[in-house]
Amino acid sequence: MKVDKVIASATTILPLRLKDMSYSVGKTRLLDGIDLTVKAGRRLVVMGPNGAGKSLLLRLCHGLIEPTSGSISWQAQDPRPAAQAMVLQRPVLLRRSVRANLDYPLALAGYARAARYEMVQKTLARFGLIPLAERPARLLSGGEQQRLALARAWALRPQVLFLDEPSAALDPSATRAIEDLIFQFSAEGITIVMTSHDLFQARRLAQDVAFLHRGRLIERGPAAQFFDAPQTPEARDFLGGELIW
Amino acid sequence: MDSPFLIAIGLIAAGDPALTETIALSLKVTLTAVSISCLIGLPLGAGLALAQFPGRGAIVVAFNALMGLPPVVAGLLVYLMLSRSGPLGDLALLFTPTAMVIAQTILILPIVISLTRSVVEDLWAEYREQLRSLGAGRLRAVPTLLWDGRVSLVTGILAGFGRASAEVGAVLIVGGNIAGHTRTMTTAITLETSRGSLGLAVALGIILLLITLSLNAAAWGLAQSARGRLG
Ligand SMILES: Nc1ncnc2c1ncn2[C@@H]1O[C@H](COP(=O)(O)OP(=O)(O)O)[C@@H](O)[C@H]1O
Ligand SMILES: [Mg+2]
Repeated sequence: MKVDKVIASATTILPLRLKDMSYSVGKTRLLDGIDLTVKAGRRLVVMGPNGAGKSLLLRLCHGLIEPTSGSISWQAQDPRPAAQAMVLQRPVLLRRSVRANLDYPLALAGYARAARYEMVQKTLARFGLIPLAERPARLLSGGEQQRLALARAWALRPQVLFLDEPSAALDPSATRAIEDLIFQFSAEGITIVMTSHDLFQARRLAQDVAFLHRGRLIERGPAAQFFDAPQTPEARDFLGGELIW
Repeated sequence: MDSPFLIAIGLIAAGDPALTETIALSLKVTLTAVSISCLIGLPLGAGLALAQFPGRGAIVVAFNALMGLPPVVAGLLVYLMLSRSGPLGDLALLFTPTAMVIAQTILILPIVISLTRSVVEDLWAEYREQLRSLGAGRLRAVPTLLWDGRVSLVTGILAGFGRASAEVGAVLIVGGNIAGHTRTMTTAITLETSRGSLGLAVALGIILLLITLSLNAAAWGLAQSARGRLG
């Protein structure tokens, strides 16, 4: 598949830079002074205990919500470039067929009918969804729904893909299938930013790690360094499997 | 004297022209009113669900209240508007099918608007972030939400159709129950009963019941099959 052209053909939108970025609701600071650079071509896993702010961080990067202070800026000057997509922690599938779910964002993006049809066919084939194409998306199994959610995001030709707990509610074999897809995306040149609360998954997938604790980014760096020699007691406790809040 | 039921069966079996004419007019008036209500009410209801402006709550409450508007009051309002001395008197619409369509639209429109608003509002809460992520703004979300809410919407619209076709107060006041011109099933039943000619009244009653029954069956069947097909 000639997907390695994705990055080469378009101007690259990465790196994405977060500078002293904070997000508050009312008086509560949910994310505080985040400095982070998302580099092209890497797999970054955002880790941290429940409620640390992982989902918020991804939604901010994707542009679903605006930071309260500080900045989020893409290499491309565009405040919200099109070449990025996200799979939400609980993806919403439209009450339509699998095919229509794939077609919808392409229509929004302004593709002509013929180009859309071709892209949908290609995506269905790529994700093994051809036998399910005319089925109502909402009646698929959990694993199939998640596969469709990933396919829908992939069809948008993103340079960077934000995945929020992409295998949270799935059984081990479906989880494995999703992880395989993530590796393939990565091999195609798509930058991955994902969250996971599953330590084993994070070890398998991460090239870089960002560790969030109570809304603060207290560690970031190459995965090997984080897993072998965590710098903070919070990260050590987290890796040791102790519940920290 | 024959039983009214036997006369009724006879009239229906023979396809009595007065009977079929009355049924046809009733359906035409109500279908037109429902169509107009959908044309206006679906986009308006969806807009109301997504828009944020001061006084929105008051409008929502007003349309909810209007759903309970007594048909005779709706009829009276239209009568006042259309009567010779009324603001629209020059149009000479009083006692025409058009006047009945207007009156029934006033009855159905609030139902369509309120129903649409509530269906779309619930879907929007669920879809909002996902649609934004996929690149759909508020305006572009309107047709998406209407389409994804289609099952509930059609079910509700069928109920509105039922209410309008069973209604007598409004069409009687503004239509006048003129034979061959503005006589509907419900106004004919009223008249024929008061005249003591029960055969025709019962025949119309049976037809009306059948229509209501099949509408409800259609709504139920639709919801059932949609549950199986769409999840
Ligand atoms: N809109 C909001 N209003 C108030 N609190 C919020 C809001 N969104 C998220 N939070 C809080 O922010 C914290 C981080 O949430 P989240 O990013 O979902 O955590 P996680 O790391 O588990 O993904 C949680 O304590 C959550 O309750
Ligand atoms: Mg989360």
